[in-house]
Amino acid sequence: MLDRHADALVRAAGEGVDFDGLRVSSTPDGYRFETPETTAEGLSEADLRGRADDPYVTNWYFWEREVGGHGRPRRAFLRRAEDAPIHSTDDPDPEEDAGRAVPDRYAALRGSAEAGGDGGEADEADAVDGDGHGAGGDGGLVTEWGQLRIEATLGEGDARRYDLRHVDDADARAADLDSHDDPLDAREVGKLDGRERYRPLKTAPSLRRGWVFPSLDPRALTEAVEAFYPATVANWYREYEGELDVDHWVDTAERQTGIYDVIDELPREGVEYVAEACCVDSQCLRRREWEYDEGDDLAADGGDGPFPCREPCSLVVAAARKWTKLEAEEEREYTFTLTPSEREQVEDIVGAVADGRAAEIREADLSEGANRYRARYLRAKRFADGESDAGDGDTDDATE
Amino acid sequence: MSQALVVVAHGSHLNPDSSAPTYDHADTVRATGAFDEVRTGFWKEEPSLREVLRTVEADEVYVVPMFISEGYFTEQVIPRELRLDGWDVADWESDGLSADVATYTAADTGQTVHYCGPVGTHEAMTDVLVRRAESVTGDPDVGEGFGFAVVGHGTERNENSAKAIEYHAERVREMDRFDEVQALYMDEEPEVDDVTDYFDSDDVVVVPLFVADGFHTQEDIPEDMGLTDDYRTGYDVPADVDGHRIWYAGAVGTEPLLADVLLERAADAGADVSRAVEEVRESTRVAAGGSASPSPPEADD
Ligand code: SF4
Repeated sequence: MLDRHADALVRAAGEGVDFDGLRVSSTPDGYRFETPETTAEGLSEADLRGRADDPYVTNWYFWEREVGGHGRPRRAFLRRAEDAPIHSTDDPDPEEDAGRAVPDRYAALRGSAEAGGDGGEADEADAVDGDGHGAGGDGGLVTEWGQLRIEATLGEGDARRYDLRHVDDADARAADLDSHDDPLDAREVGKLDGRERYRPLKTAPSLRRGWVFPSLDPRALTEAVEAFYPATVANWYREYEGELDVDHWVDTAERQTGIYDVIDELPREGVEYVAEACCVDSQCLRRREWEYDEGDDLAADGGDGPFPCREPCSLVVAAARKWTKLEAEEEREYTFTLTPSEREQVEDIVGAVADGRAAEIREADLSEGANRYRARYLRAKRFADGESDAGDGDTDDATE
Repeated sequence: MSQALVVVAHGSHLNPDSSAPTYDHADTVRATGAFDEVRTGFWKEEPSLREVLRTVEADEVYVVPMFISEGYFTEQVIPRELRLDGWDVADWESDGLSADVATYTAADTGQTVHYCGPVGTHEAMTDVLVRRAESVTGDPDVGEGFGFAVVGHGTERNENSAKAIEYHAERVREMDRFDEVQALYMDEEPEVDDVTDYFDSDDVVVVPLFVADGFHTQEDIPEDMGLTDDYRTGYDVPADVDGHRIWYAGAVGTEPLLADVLLERAADAGADVSRAVEEVRESTRVAAGGSASPSPPEADD
């Protein structure tokens, strides 16, 4: 038992405690201590101190004395990370705010290590349910956030510790991963993808693997998540509270000035293609909540990740500028002569580039239409200009 | 009352290093403990200017733009994207160089936002330019026998940007530390291409007044000055050009002392940071002997 828990409990008992099932009060006959499992009355101070290692007490201490931040996104996010009711006891509608009670949560946080398991490395895949909650193979409570896997466990004095890593590294031994302590390292980890290319969109599903933050405290966990996926926690919480402020395409386009002023000229149909091209889950893990306009939804799939996208991002705005210019051109009719296989090959090439597979197609895999030799042959045969067709040289990326 | 510093910058979709100085300086300020929170927000990266304020818990927020001069971004883009209710550029009462602070409520978060002038026009930036000269020469007393050039875009893009260059050049001149001081421009006279025409001193330190290294500071300026024929092959520091030794420093924004300007801006706006200012001035000082060479060039957007 820890003195800091006992001291805090005695101090708080005067005003009364009512948190996550724990009720403690001071009465003329002594202290009263109540949990869903037990009730004790007429306790002396020593008796009360003797109960300070009860999970309900350490749980109260952790949330009320260490985490704090009532009404803050970070607290709600940490509650989610252990499948606790987001609003603890003061929530008016418990149905809407389901979560595990303390004993259940503690069992999960302790995981197999305390529940008769060997406490060793995970050798089975962790089961994560539809809400993203599951039991970790090596003893903890697992949640996912985009491509992040968070495993919560109990540390010293039942304070929570978090293991943060890529979801696809769930089964990796921590010793085999690059270990980090400073949550701000996440900025570097998330900067380049597995092919060392810059990730301009932080929520693109291209987070590299091979790293772990093995033991973060609550503050550090939220900092790291913020660095990987900025503002996702804040927006998720706003949405949870029913207060997400969505700016639809029309609002966003009309707000633009300078070189982006033009994007409100992109036809509605073009906006459909933008959402389809950029915002589906294969490209971005934010769940698109913005539509063409209020009451005028886009057909493209918005995705189903936990965190919402509340307005077109800067990347989409910059891309839309390009498409607005391109869509201003008049259509013309061209006549091509292609064999059926060549026509199919053109589609293969477009498909491979659009799905980001072009670089993976093996040099000698001639069954692939987007194979380099196949593409070069097609160019030699059908596109008379041969080698490089440099295009119109319009490669300006916006600096404004 | 808790207070936060939010550093806002341009960022890039193409250049992974453009945000590095912003992160570095924010980290320096964070380490002083002067603010309860220090965060960064970007026009082109995340969190976006639209959403950075909601990542801050404090009710009192000091926003400092990592921009060189007053203009389109500081006057239109940033206030609009931060949703500063009632923003009017006249509230800065600026002559193009003197924007200090104006205070608003952010419409989406209700926070009190003290919107500060950009780092580039603060008087403390002059010290950063000089510190940059110390860094690149590895000499904390550099001055005697040296010429000093501040380089900017020129008026073509923004009239105020040239004003900022003149302002700092004049302040360095008044220090009477370097033998000669000259403002140079990329797209107008006096041009940086002719740098050696403007100096008698054998040694000339050249510092671009840019917040981050990129296309201009790593490709254009080195080639324009004749430090190299092809930026990809790199250049020497110092490099011999027409009988002068050119000590090219790269963007002033990468100099660690820039963190001090962030603090000064917030202090001018009413933040309580006095002790932290001392700390940053001390911790970022140049040790005699160690020369810092610019990092290799990266394409900018
Ligand atoms: S606008 Fe689309 S691509 Fe951009 S963050 Fe939102 S969902 Fe992702």
